Amino acid sequence: MSIKAKAAAIGIGELKPLKEPGDNTALGLMAKVTAEAIADAGLEKKDIDGFLVGVPFADPGFIYPASAAEVLGLHLKMLNQVDIGGASPAGMIWRAAAAIDAGMCNAVLCLVADLNRRGDQRPPTVSVMREFEAPYGNIGANCGYAMIAHRHMFEYSTKPEQMAKVAVDQRTNALKNPLATFNDKPLTISDVLNSRMIVDPLHIFEIVSPVSGGAAVIVASPEVAKRAKHPPVWLLGAGEYCNHSSITYAPSLTESPIKIAADSAFKMAGLKPKDMQLVCPYDCYTITVIVTLEDAGFCKKGQGGPFVAEHDLTYKGDFPCNTHGGQLSFGQPGLAGGMSHVTEMIRQLMGRGGERQVKNASLGYVNGNGGIMSEQVGLVMERRS
Amino acid sequence: MSEYTKPLPKPSPTSRPFWDAAKRHQLMLQRCGACGQFIYYPRDRCPNCFADELKWQRASGLGKVYSYTVVHRASSRHFMEPYILAIVELDEGPKMTTNIVADPRAVHVDMPVAVYFDDVTPDRTLVKFKAA
Ligand SMILES: [Zn+2]
Repeated sequence: MSIKAKAAAIGIGELKPLKEPGDNTALGLMAKVTAEAIADAGLEKKDIDGFLVGVPFADPGFIYPASAAEVLGLHLKMLNQVDIGGASPAGMIWRAAAAIDAGMCNAVLCLVADLNRRGDQRPPTVSVMREFEAPYGNIGANCGYAMIAHRHMFEYSTKPEQMAKVAVDQRTNALKNPLATFNDKPLTISDVLNSRMIVDPLHIFEIVSPVSGGAAVIVASPEVAKRAKHPPVWLLGAGEYCNHSSITYAPSLTESPIKIAADSAFKMAGLKPKDMQLVCPYDCYTITVIVTLEDAGFCKKGQGGPFVAEHDLTYKGDFPCNTHGGQLSFGQPGLAGGMSHVTEMIRQLMGRGGERQVKNASLGYVNGNGGIMSEQVGLVMERRS
Repeated sequence: MSEYTKPLPKPSPTSRPFWDAAKRHQLMLQRCGACGQFIYYPRDRCPNCFADELKWQRASGLGKVYSYTVVHRASSRHFMEPYILAIVELDEGPKMTTNIVADPRAVHVDMPVAVYFDDVTPDRTLVKFKAA
Protein backbone atom coordinates (compact mmCIF):
# COMPACT_ATOMS: atom_id res chain seq x y z
CA MET A 1 0.00 0.00 0.00
CA SER A 2 1.22 3.44 -0.82
CA ILE A 3 -0.11 6.94 -1.41
CA LYS A 4 2.15 7.41 -4.43
CA ALA A 5 0.43 9.72 -6.93
CA LYS A 6 -2.94 9.30 -5.24
CA ALA A 7 -3.46 13.04 -4.72
CA ALA A 8 -2.09 16.32 -6.01
CA ALA A 9 -1.57 19.85 -4.78
CA ILE A 10 -3.70 22.02 -7.06
CA GLY A 11 -3.80 25.46 -5.42
CA ILE A 12 -1.79 27.66 -3.10
CA GLY A 13 -2.31 30.83 -1.14
CA GLU A 14 0.45 32.73 0.62
CA LEU A 15 0.40 36.13 2.29
CA LYS A 16 3.32 38.49 2.26
CA PRO A 17 4.53 38.35 5.86
CA LEU A 18 3.93 41.41 8.02
CA LYS A 19 6.60 42.67 10.39
CA GLU A 20 3.88 44.12 12.62
CA PRO A 21 0.60 42.25 13.12
CA GLY A 22 -1.48 45.46 13.14
CA ASP A 23 -5.20 44.83 13.51
CA ASN A 24 -5.03 41.38 11.95
CA THR A 25 -6.35 38.29 13.68
CA ALA A 26 -5.13 34.76 13.05
CA LEU A 27 -8.61 33.72 11.89
CA GLY A 28 -8.74 36.76 9.62
CA LEU A 29 -5.46 35.78 7.96
CA MET A 30 -6.79 32.22 7.63
CA ALA A 31 -9.89 33.46 5.81
CA LYS A 32 -7.85 35.65 3.48
CA VAL A 33 -5.35 32.97 2.49
CA THR A 34 -8.07 30.31 2.19
CA ALA A 35 -9.93 32.48 -0.34
CA GLU A 36 -6.68 32.91 -2.26
CA ALA A 37 -5.96 29.16 -2.35
CA ILE A 38 -9.50 28.18 -3.40
CA ALA A 39 -9.42 30.71 -6.25
CA ASP A 40 -5.94 29.56 -7.24
CA ALA A 41 -7.17 25.97 -7.49
CA GLY A 42 -10.16 27.02 -9.57
CA LEU A 43 -12.56 25.55 -7.01
CA GLU A 44 -15.42 26.91 -4.94
CA LYS A 45 -15.53 26.86 -1.17
CA LYS A 46 -18.21 24.17 -1.21
CA ASP A 47 -15.74 21.83 -2.95
CA ILE A 48 -13.56 21.74 0.18
CA ASP A 49 -14.54 18.66 2.20
CA GLY A 50 -11.35 18.04 4.20
CA PHE A 51 -9.52 20.38 6.56
CA LEU A 52 -6.13 20.17 8.28
CA VAL A 53 -5.16 23.16 10.36
CA GLY A 54 -2.33 24.28 12.64
CA VAL A 55 -3.30 25.92 15.90
CA PRO A 56 -1.93 29.48 15.96
CA PHE A 57 0.09 30.52 19.00
CA ALA A 58 -1.67 33.89 18.85
CA ASP A 59 -5.11 32.31 19.32
CA PRO A 60 -4.64 28.88 20.88
CA GLY A 61 -7.39 26.56 21.96
CA PHE A 62 -8.57 23.00 22.14
CA ILE A 63 -11.02 21.53 19.61
CA TYR A 64 -9.64 24.06 17.20
CA PRO A 65 -10.47 22.65 13.74
CA ALA A 66 -14.26 22.81 14.13
CA SER A 67 -14.10 26.38 15.43
CA ALA A 68 -11.91 27.55 12.58
CA ALA A 69 -14.08 25.64 10.08
CA GLU A 70 -17.20 27.34 11.44
CA VAL A 71 -15.60 30.76 11.05
CA LEU A 72 -14.66 29.89 7.46
CA GLY A 73 -18.06 28.32 6.74
CA LEU A 74 -16.70 24.90 5.85
CA HIS A 75 -18.72 21.69 6.04
CA LEU A 76 -16.33 18.79 6.30
CA LYS A 77 -15.99 15.05 5.92
CA MET A 78 -12.56 15.04 7.57
CA LEU A 79 -11.01 17.58 9.92
CA ASN A 80 -8.06 17.60 12.29
CA GLN A 81 -5.26 19.63 13.74
CA VAL A 82 -1.68 18.74 12.88
CA ASP A 83 0.69 19.42 15.77
CA ILE A 84 4.20 18.38 14.75
CA GLY A 85 5.86 21.76 15.03
CA GLY A 86 7.46 23.19 11.92
CA ALA A 87 6.87 19.87 10.16
CA SER A 88 3.10 20.35 10.46
CA PRO A 89 2.59 21.85 6.97
CA ALA A 90 4.56 19.10 5.19
CA GLY A 91 2.85 16.59 7.46
CA MET A 92 -0.54 17.93 6.37
CA ILE A 93 0.19 17.23 2.71
CA TRP A 94 0.63 13.48 3.10
CA ARG A 95 -2.17 13.23 5.67
CA ALA A 96 -4.44 14.94 3.16
CA ALA A 97 -3.35 12.53 0.44
CA ALA A 98 -3.91 9.56 2.75
CA ALA A 99 -7.42 10.74 3.66
CA ILE A 100 -8.23 11.22 -0.03
CA ASP A 101 -6.81 7.80 -0.92
CA ALA A 102 -8.90 6.28 1.86
CA GLY A 103 -12.00 7.72 0.23
CA MET A 104 -12.82 10.01 3.14
CA CYS A 105 -12.81 13.27 1.17
CA ASN A 106 -11.84 14.83 -2.17
CA ALA A 107 -10.35 18.27 -1.59
CA VAL A 108 -8.41 19.06 1.58
CA LEU A 109 -7.56 22.58 2.74
CA CYS A 110 -4.20 22.58 4.55
CA LEU A 111 -4.09 25.84 6.49
CA VAL A 112 -1.67 27.68 8.75
CA ALA A 113 -1.56 31.32 9.86
CA ASP A 114 -0.23 33.15 12.88
CA LEU A 115 0.58 36.53 14.36
CA ASN A 116 3.93 37.42 15.81
CA ARG A 117 3.52 38.94 19.22
CA ARG A 118 6.73 40.38 20.56
CA GLY A 119 7.78 39.60 24.08
CA ASP A 120 8.83 36.66 26.11
CA GLN A 121 9.24 33.30 24.46
CA ARG A 122 6.31 31.09 25.24
CA PRO A 123 7.17 28.73 28.08
CA PRO A 124 7.63 25.08 27.15
CA THR A 125 4.23 23.46 27.40
CA VAL A 126 5.10 19.92 28.41
CA SER A 127 5.87 19.19 32.07
CA VAL A 128 9.20 17.42 31.46
CA MET A 129 10.42 20.35 29.35
CA ARG A 130 9.44 22.79 32.08
CA GLU A 131 11.18 20.65 34.66
CA PHE A 132 14.44 19.57 33.03
CA GLU A 133 15.09 22.16 30.30
CA ALA A 134 13.71 25.57 31.27
CA PRO A 135 15.55 25.91 34.64
CA TYR A 136 18.85 25.76 32.74
CA GLY A 137 17.73 28.27 30.13
CA ASN A 138 16.98 25.80 27.35
CA ILE A 139 13.97 27.84 26.25
CA GLY A 140 12.97 28.29 22.62
CA ALA A 141 14.71 26.63 19.72
CA ASN A 142 17.89 28.69 19.35
CA CYS A 143 19.99 26.90 21.96
CA GLY A 144 19.33 23.41 20.63
CA TYR A 145 20.39 24.31 17.10
CA ALA A 146 23.48 26.10 18.40
CA MET A 147 24.47 22.91 20.21
CA ILE A 148 23.86 20.89 17.02
CA ALA A 149 26.11 23.35 15.18
CA HIS A 150 28.92 23.08 17.74
CA ARG A 151 28.79 19.31 17.70
CA HIS A 152 28.75 19.28 13.87
CA MET A 153 31.79 21.57 13.86
CA PHE A 154 33.53 19.24 16.34
CA GLU A 155 32.75 15.99 14.49
CA TYR A 156 33.12 17.18 10.89
CA SER A 157 35.17 20.40 11.03
CA THR A 158 32.21 22.35 9.61
CA LYS A 159 33.12 26.02 9.27
CA PRO A 160 31.12 29.14 10.22
CA GLU A 161 31.59 30.50 6.69
CA GLN A 162 30.06 27.31 5.25
CA MET A 163 26.98 27.74 7.43
CA ALA A 164 26.81 31.43 6.47
CA LYS A 165 26.80 30.50 2.76
CA VAL A 166 23.31 29.02 3.18
CA ALA A 167 21.93 32.39 4.33
CA VAL A 168 23.80 34.21 1.54
CA ASP A 169 22.54 32.06 -1.35
CA GLN A 170 19.01 31.99 0.01
CA ARG A 171 19.07 35.78 0.21
CA THR A 172 20.02 35.90 -3.47
CA ASN A 173 16.88 33.84 -4.11
CA ALA A 174 14.76 36.13 -1.95
CA LEU A 175 15.77 39.16 -4.03
CA LYS A 176 13.52 37.68 -6.74
CA ASN A 177 10.64 36.90 -4.38
CA PRO A 178 8.26 39.83 -3.89
CA LEU A 179 6.65 38.01 -0.94
CA ALA A 180 9.90 37.66 1.03
CA THR A 181 10.38 39.81 4.14
CA PHE A 182 14.08 40.40 3.46
CA ASN A 183 14.37 41.00 -0.29
CA ASP A 184 15.87 44.46 -0.54
CA LYS A 185 19.60 43.81 -0.44
CA PRO A 186 22.03 40.94 -0.91
CA LEU A 187 24.01 39.37 1.94
CA THR A 188 27.68 38.43 1.99
CA ILE A 189 29.39 35.79 4.09
CA SER A 190 31.16 38.52 6.05
CA ASP A 191 27.81 40.29 6.64
CA VAL A 192 26.58 37.08 8.26
CA LEU A 193 29.73 36.40 10.27
CA ASN A 194 29.91 40.02 11.46
CA SER A 195 26.27 40.11 12.48
CA ARG A 196 25.35 39.89 16.15
CA MET A 197 26.15 36.61 17.87
CA ILE A 198 22.94 35.32 19.45
CA VAL A 199 23.69 31.74 20.49
CA ASP A 200 27.29 30.82 19.79
CA PRO A 201 28.08 29.83 16.99
CA LEU A 202 24.87 31.16 15.35
CA HIS A 203 24.61 34.81 14.28
CA ILE A 204 21.40 36.75 13.89
CA PHE A 205 21.42 36.34 10.07
CA GLU A 206 21.47 32.56 10.56
CA ILE A 207 18.29 32.58 12.63
CA VAL A 208 14.70 33.00 11.39
CA SER A 209 12.81 36.19 12.15
CA PRO A 210 9.28 35.80 13.48
CA VAL A 211 6.68 37.66 11.42
CA SER A 212 2.90 37.43 10.88
CA GLY A 213 1.26 35.73 7.93
CA GLY A 214 -0.42 32.66 6.56
CA ALA A 215 -0.38 30.04 3.84
CA ALA A 216 -2.73 27.42 2.45
CA VAL A 217 -2.46 24.49 0.06
CA ILE A 218 -5.31 22.53 -1.47
CA VAL A 219 -4.68 18.82 -1.96
CA ALA A 220 -7.17 17.09 -4.24
CA SER A 221 -8.17 13.71 -5.61
CA PRO A 222 -7.25 12.87 -9.23
CA GLU A 223 -10.86 13.57 -10.22
CA VAL A 224 -10.94 17.04 -8.68
CA ALA A 225 -7.42 17.70 -9.99
CA LYS A 226 -8.78 17.38 -13.55
CA ARG A 227 -10.76 20.59 -12.98
CA ALA A 228 -7.81 22.54 -11.58
CA LYS A 229 -6.68 25.81 -13.11
CA HIS A 230 -2.97 25.01 -12.89
CA PRO A 231 -1.01 21.80 -13.59
CA PRO A 232 -1.43 19.47 -10.59
CA VAL A 233 1.67 18.70 -8.54
CA TRP A 234 1.50 15.07 -7.45
CA LEU A 235 2.68 13.68 -4.17
CA LEU A 236 4.92 10.77 -5.20
CA GLY A 237 6.40 9.87 -1.85
CA ALA A 238 6.17 10.75 1.80
CA GLY A 239 7.92 9.73 4.99
CA GLU A 240 7.82 10.79 8.60
CA TYR A 241 9.98 10.06 11.63
CA CYS A 242 10.54 11.34 15.15
CA ASN A 243 12.81 9.97 17.86
CA HIS A 244 13.08 12.76 20.44
CA SER A 245 11.66 16.04 21.62
CA SER A 246 14.54 17.77 23.45
CA ILE A 247 17.73 17.43 21.40
CA THR A 248 19.54 16.36 24.58
CA TYR A 249 17.79 13.00 24.45
CA ALA A 250 18.16 12.44 20.71
CA PRO A 251 20.26 9.41 19.78
CA SER A 252 22.64 11.79 17.98
CA LEU A 253 23.00 15.56 17.63
CA THR A 254 24.32 15.35 14.10
CA GLU A 255 22.41 12.41 12.61
CA SER A 256 18.77 13.39 12.60
CA PRO A 257 15.49 11.51 12.11
CA ILE A 258 15.46 13.05 8.62
CA LYS A 259 17.30 10.01 7.29
CA ILE A 260 14.37 7.66 7.90
CA ALA A 261 11.74 10.22 6.80
CA ALA A 262 13.60 11.02 3.58
CA ASP A 263 14.50 7.40 2.80
CA SER A 264 10.83 6.44 3.17
CA ALA A 265 9.74 9.27 0.88
CA PHE A 266 12.27 8.40 -1.84
CA LYS A 267 11.47 4.71 -1.56
CA MET A 268 7.75 5.33 -2.02
CA ALA A 269 8.47 7.56 -5.01
CA GLY A 270 10.93 5.04 -6.48
CA LEU A 271 13.42 7.85 -6.92
CA LYS A 272 16.77 9.00 -5.54
CA PRO A 273 17.96 12.35 -4.19
CA LYS A 274 19.98 12.90 -7.37
CA ASP A 275 16.75 12.79 -9.40
CA MET A 276 15.51 15.99 -7.73
CA GLN A 277 15.79 19.30 -9.57
CA LEU A 278 14.81 21.44 -6.59
CA VAL A 279 15.15 21.00 -2.84
CA CYS A 280 13.22 22.97 -0.23
CA PRO A 281 14.55 22.00 3.19
CA TYR A 282 13.10 23.56 6.33
CA ASP A 283 15.57 26.25 7.37
CA CYS A 284 14.98 27.65 10.82
CA TYR A 285 18.78 28.04 11.03
CA THR A 286 21.66 27.67 8.59
CA ILE A 287 22.86 24.47 10.28
CA THR A 288 19.43 22.90 9.73
CA VAL A 289 19.94 23.00 5.96
CA ILE A 290 23.39 21.43 6.20
CA VAL A 291 22.20 18.54 8.38
CA THR A 292 19.11 18.06 6.19
CA LEU A 293 21.09 17.85 2.94
CA GLU A 294 23.31 15.20 4.56
CA ASP A 295 20.58 13.09 6.14
CA ALA A 296 18.23 13.29 3.15
CA GLY A 297 21.07 11.90 1.03
CA PHE A 298 22.06 14.87 -1.12
CA CYS A 299 25.64 14.60 0.13
CA LYS A 300 27.65 12.34 2.43
CA LYS A 301 27.32 12.58 6.21
CA GLY A 302 29.58 15.32 7.47
CA GLN A 303 30.06 16.84 4.01
CA GLY A 304 27.18 19.32 4.23
CA GLY A 305 29.52 22.22 4.98
CA PRO A 306 31.79 21.75 1.95
CA PHE A 307 28.71 20.84 -0.16
CA VAL A 308 26.93 24.16 0.40
CA ALA A 309 30.20 26.04 -0.02
CA GLU A 310 30.96 24.35 -3.37
CA HIS A 311 27.47 24.45 -4.88
CA ASP A 312 25.40 27.41 -6.01
CA LEU A 313 22.13 27.12 -4.09
CA THR A 314 20.40 29.86 -6.05
CA TYR A 315 17.57 29.43 -8.54
CA LYS A 316 20.09 29.70 -11.38
CA GLY A 317 22.68 27.51 -9.69
CA ASP A 318 23.73 23.87 -9.95
CA PHE A 319 21.77 22.93 -6.80
CA PRO A 320 18.64 25.09 -6.50
CA CYS A 321 17.62 25.16 -2.84
CA ASN A 322 14.90 27.20 -1.11
CA THR A 323 14.37 29.36 -4.17
CA HIS A 324 11.89 31.53 -2.25
CA GLY A 325 14.68 32.61 0.07
CA GLY A 326 13.93 30.04 2.73
CA GLN A 327 12.45 31.12 6.01
CA LEU A 328 15.74 32.88 6.72
CA SER A 329 14.82 35.53 4.14
CA PHE A 330 11.07 34.91 3.75
CA GLY A 331 10.43 35.24 7.49
CA GLN A 332 8.71 32.79 9.81
CA PRO A 333 4.99 33.53 10.20
CA GLY A 334 4.52 30.78 12.81
CA LEU A 335 3.69 27.45 11.17
CA ALA A 336 3.27 29.22 7.82
CA GLY A 337 7.08 29.43 7.75
CA GLY A 338 7.13 25.68 7.22
CA MET A 339 4.44 25.93 4.56
CA SER A 340 6.67 28.30 2.56
CA HIS A 341 8.83 25.35 1.48
CA VAL A 342 5.73 23.49 0.28
CA THR A 343 4.19 26.46 -1.56
CA GLU A 344 7.51 27.24 -3.26
CA MET A 345 7.88 23.66 -4.43
CA ILE A 346 4.35 23.67 -5.84
CA ARG A 347 4.86 27.07 -7.47
CA GLN A 348 8.12 26.02 -9.10
CA LEU A 349 6.83 22.66 -10.31
CA MET A 350 3.74 24.36 -11.75
CA GLY A 351 6.13 26.63 -13.65
CA ARG A 352 5.00 29.74 -11.78
CA GLY A 353 8.38 30.70 -10.30
CA GLY A 354 8.53 33.98 -12.21
CA GLU A 355 11.97 35.56 -12.26
CA ARG A 356 13.32 32.80 -10.03
CA GLN A 357 11.87 29.89 -12.03
CA VAL A 358 14.18 26.87 -11.99
CA LYS A 359 14.52 25.65 -15.58
CA ASN A 360 12.93 22.27 -16.34
CA ALA A 361 12.00 21.59 -12.73
CA SER A 362 9.56 18.70 -12.61
CA LEU A 363 10.71 16.81 -9.48
CA GLY A 364 11.54 18.14 -6.06
CA TYR A 365 12.05 17.25 -2.40
CA VAL A 366 10.55 19.14 0.54
CA ASN A 367 11.69 18.58 4.11
CA GLY A 368 9.55 19.63 7.05
CA ASN A 369 11.25 19.88 10.43
CA GLY A 370 9.68 20.34 13.84
CA GLY A 371 11.16 21.26 17.20
CA ILE A 372 14.89 20.70 17.55
CA MET A 373 15.42 18.36 14.58
CA SER A 374 12.61 16.37 16.12
CA GLU A 375 9.53 15.68 13.96
CA GLN A 376 10.60 15.12 10.33
CA VAL A 377 8.55 14.89 7.15
CA GLY A 378 9.93 14.23 3.67
CA LEU A 379 7.87 14.80 0.52
CA VAL A 380 8.74 13.98 -3.09
CA MET A 381 6.58 15.97 -5.51
CA GLU A 382 6.22 15.88 -9.28
CA ARG A 383 4.60 17.77 -12.08
CA ARG A 384 3.69 15.24 -14.74
CA SER A 385 3.75 16.63 -18.24
CA MET B 1 20.73 38.44 47.75
CA SER B 2 18.27 39.36 45.03
CA GLU B 3 15.22 37.21 44.44
CA TYR B 4 15.69 34.24 42.10
CA THR B 5 13.39 34.81 39.10
CA LYS B 6 14.43 32.07 36.66
CA PRO B 7 12.13 29.09 36.10
CA LEU B 8 12.39 26.43 38.81
CA PRO B 9 11.69 22.73 38.46
CA LYS B 10 8.41 21.58 39.93
CA PRO B 11 9.12 17.98 40.92
CA SER B 12 6.56 15.34 40.05
CA PRO B 13 6.03 12.19 42.09
CA THR B 14 8.28 10.49 39.52
CA SER B 15 11.15 12.96 39.75
CA ARG B 16 11.02 14.00 43.40
CA PRO B 17 13.86 11.62 44.49
CA PHE B 18 16.17 13.23 41.91
CA TRP B 19 15.57 16.79 43.15
CA ASP B 20 15.62 15.76 46.81
CA ALA B 21 19.02 14.13 46.21
CA ALA B 22 20.28 17.24 44.42
CA LYS B 23 19.37 19.24 47.50
CA ARG B 24 21.62 16.86 49.50
CA HIS B 25 24.29 17.44 46.81
CA GLN B 26 24.01 13.93 45.43
CA LEU B 27 23.49 13.05 41.78
CA MET B 28 21.06 10.15 41.68
CA LEU B 29 20.05 8.37 38.48
CA GLN B 30 17.56 5.64 37.85
CA ARG B 31 18.96 2.35 36.58
CA CYS B 32 16.92 -0.36 34.91
CA GLY B 33 17.18 -3.75 36.63
CA ALA B 34 16.28 -5.54 33.40
CA CYS B 35 18.52 -3.95 30.74
CA GLY B 36 21.04 -2.24 33.01
CA GLN B 37 20.73 1.21 31.41
CA PHE B 38 21.05 4.36 33.46
CA ILE B 39 18.15 6.72 32.81
CA TYR B 40 17.86 10.50 32.72
CA TYR B 41 15.41 12.24 33.21
CA PRO B 42 13.39 10.20 35.70
CA ARG B 43 10.73 7.90 34.27
CA ASP B 44 8.04 5.55 35.50
CA ARG B 45 9.27 2.77 33.26
CA CYS B 46 12.54 2.13 31.44
CA PRO B 47 12.26 3.98 28.10
CA ASN B 48 14.73 1.48 26.61
CA CYS B 49 13.23 -1.96 27.38
CA PHE B 50 10.02 -0.77 29.07
CA ALA B 51 10.58 -2.99 32.10
CA ASP B 52 9.12 -1.80 35.39
CA GLU B 53 12.37 -2.25 37.33
CA LEU B 54 13.86 1.21 37.80
CA LYS B 55 15.94 1.71 40.95
CA TRP B 56 17.77 4.83 42.14
CA GLN B 57 21.56 4.70 42.21
CA ARG B 58 24.18 7.32 43.01
CA ALA B 59 26.13 8.47 39.95
CA SER B 60 29.79 9.44 39.74
CA GLY B 61 29.00 13.04 38.84
CA LEU B 62 31.63 12.90 36.10
CA GLY B 63 31.13 13.38 32.41
CA LYS B 64 32.09 15.27 29.27
CA VAL B 65 30.62 18.24 27.42
CA TYR B 66 28.82 16.65 24.46
CA SER B 67 27.95 20.07 23.06
CA TYR B 68 27.29 23.56 24.33
CA THR B 69 26.36 27.09 23.41
CA VAL B 70 27.15 30.43 24.94
CA VAL B 71 23.79 32.17 25.00
CA HIS B 72 24.44 35.85 24.36
CA ARG B 73 20.81 36.71 23.87
CA ALA B 74 18.24 34.39 25.40
CA SER B 75 14.69 33.81 24.21
CA SER B 76 13.48 34.47 27.77
CA ARG B 77 13.64 37.69 29.76
CA HIS B 78 14.60 35.62 32.80
CA PHE B 79 18.02 34.92 31.33
CA MET B 80 19.60 38.28 30.65
CA GLU B 81 23.30 37.69 31.18
CA PRO B 82 25.29 35.38 28.90
CA TYR B 83 25.32 31.79 30.15
CA ILE B 84 26.62 28.44 29.01
CA LEU B 85 23.96 25.91 28.14
CA ALA B 86 25.31 22.43 27.57
CA ILE B 87 24.55 18.79 27.04
CA VAL B 88 26.75 16.76 29.36
CA GLU B 89 27.24 13.08 28.65
CA LEU B 90 27.61 11.37 32.01
CA ASP B 91 30.13 8.58 32.50
CA GLU B 92 27.12 6.34 33.24
CA GLY B 93 25.75 7.04 29.73
CA PRO B 94 22.77 9.39 29.91
CA LYS B 95 22.91 12.94 28.60
CA MET B 96 21.69 15.90 30.64
CA THR B 97 20.68 19.44 29.73
CA THR B 98 22.63 21.63 32.15
CA ASN B 99 24.79 24.69 32.61
CA ILE B 100 28.57 24.80 32.72
CA VAL B 101 29.82 27.19 35.38
CA ALA B 102 32.99 28.49 33.73
CA ASP B 103 34.51 31.24 31.66
CA PRO B 104 32.76 30.87 28.26
CA ARG B 105 36.13 31.08 26.50
CA ALA B 106 37.35 27.98 28.34
CA VAL B 107 34.48 25.66 27.36
CA HIS B 108 34.82 23.20 24.50
CA VAL B 109 33.22 20.02 23.21
CA ASP B 110 34.64 16.92 24.94
CA MET B 111 35.77 18.93 27.99
CA PRO B 112 35.80 16.73 31.13
CA VAL B 113 33.40 18.06 33.76
CA ALA B 114 32.28 17.26 37.30
CA VAL B 115 28.93 17.91 38.90
CA TYR B 116 28.37 21.18 40.76
CA PHE B 117 25.28 21.68 42.88
CA ASP B 118 23.89 25.19 42.64
CA ASP B 119 21.59 25.96 45.59
CA VAL B 120 19.57 28.55 43.69
CA THR B 121 16.89 28.88 46.40
CA PRO B 122 16.59 27.47 49.93
CA ASP B 123 14.30 24.75 48.51
CA ARG B 124 15.80 23.99 45.15
CA THR B 125 19.22 22.91 43.90
CA LEU B 126 20.05 22.75 40.19
CA VAL B 127 22.50 20.19 38.86
CA LYS B 128 25.24 22.03 36.97
CA PHE B 129 28.81 21.19 36.02
CA LYS B 130 32.31 22.67 36.29
CA ALA B 131 35.62 21.75 34.67
CA ALA B 132 36.85 18.48 36.22
ZN1 LIG C 1 15.47 -1.29 30.65
